[in-house]
Amino acid sequence: MSTDNHHHAAHHYDSAEHEYATSKEGVWLFLTSEILMFGGLFVGYLIYHNMYPEVFHEGSKHLDWRLGALNTIVLLTSSLTMVLGVHYSQTNQKNKAVFNLAITILCGFIFMLVKYFEYTHKIHEGLLPGTWYSADKHGIANIGLYFSFYFMMTGLHGIHVVGGMCLILWVLIRAQKGEFNSHYYTPVEGVGLFWHLVDLIWIFLFPLLYLVGG
Amino acid sequence: MAQGTHKEHHVVPLNVFIKVFAALICLTVLTVVTAKLIDFGPLNGLIAFTIATVKGFLVMAYFMHLKYDEKIYKYIIVSSFFFVALLFIFCVLDLSTRIAQQSTL
Repeated sequence: MSTDNHHHAAHHYDSAEHEYATSKEGVWLFLTSEILMFGGLFVGYLIYHNMYPEVFHEGSKHLDWRLGALNTIVLLTSSLTMVLGVHYSQTNQKNKAVFNLAITILCGFIFMLVKYFEYTHKIHEGLLPGTWYSADKHGIANIGLYFSFYFMMTGLHGIHVVGGMCLILWVLIRAQKGEFNSHYYTPVEGVGLFWHLVDLIWIFLFPLLYLVGG
Repeated sequence: MAQGTHKEHHVVPLNVFIKVFAALICLTVLTVVTAKLIDFGPLNGLIAFTIATVKGFLVMAYFMHLKYDEKIYKYIIVSSFFFVALLFIFCVLDLSTRIAQQSTL
């Protein structure tokens, strides 16, 4: 085998470039299915918001927009460090790539920590989905509906954050081993695309849940 | 599927990412200010979602490299937005055109 940095594509590809483009297309198709999954929840939210505006108005009062804004800043920062991680992998700067990937994971931790405080606070107050809702109902019969959407949407998003952190850890370890260079960095690129999608979904969840619930 | 002969991929200059990040933070501040400090009444939702769409566009164009990449990725992702829009439109059409009647439940 050669001793240079050239990546050897799997035998069913014409070239390393062909392999890269195919892998990336696969990631984009996966992201499409993710958007369709979250899209169903967004459509459901908009329709129920329209049908029961008072439920969403009252429900959203229980959310602290400052924590939502903080988490938005944290995720945007992580998207920047992720893109830097890809950039440094692409330009053969291993240490900088590993450092930026580590910061990205740290941002994921901070995000989940803030979510943990939000969740425990809501569980403590009885602000729970559907029939589990046990806080003051303010005379609104089905106020638990808002928290069904809140926990489902942020919960599914949170699972994606944790999944993304695991994937970033995986490429971080591989980057540390020196497996990536300007000829081969496909896994960092693919994981990066996934992480940006997680950020993208939060960009829409933040105003939807925290800002314009009324 | 790209089977180009070029070996090196486009390397986006770092200052582009810094500028996009700065714009995203500014837009986040803007969305909070417009939603919490100023009341636009029924336009509140529209303003928040317009800002979110601009942010989403920046993330996809620059952080996800769609601006510089093969067009096929753009078509793939736009198709998903199309189908979500289709779901939304048909649900709204259904709900808004129902004729009120006695419940059969």
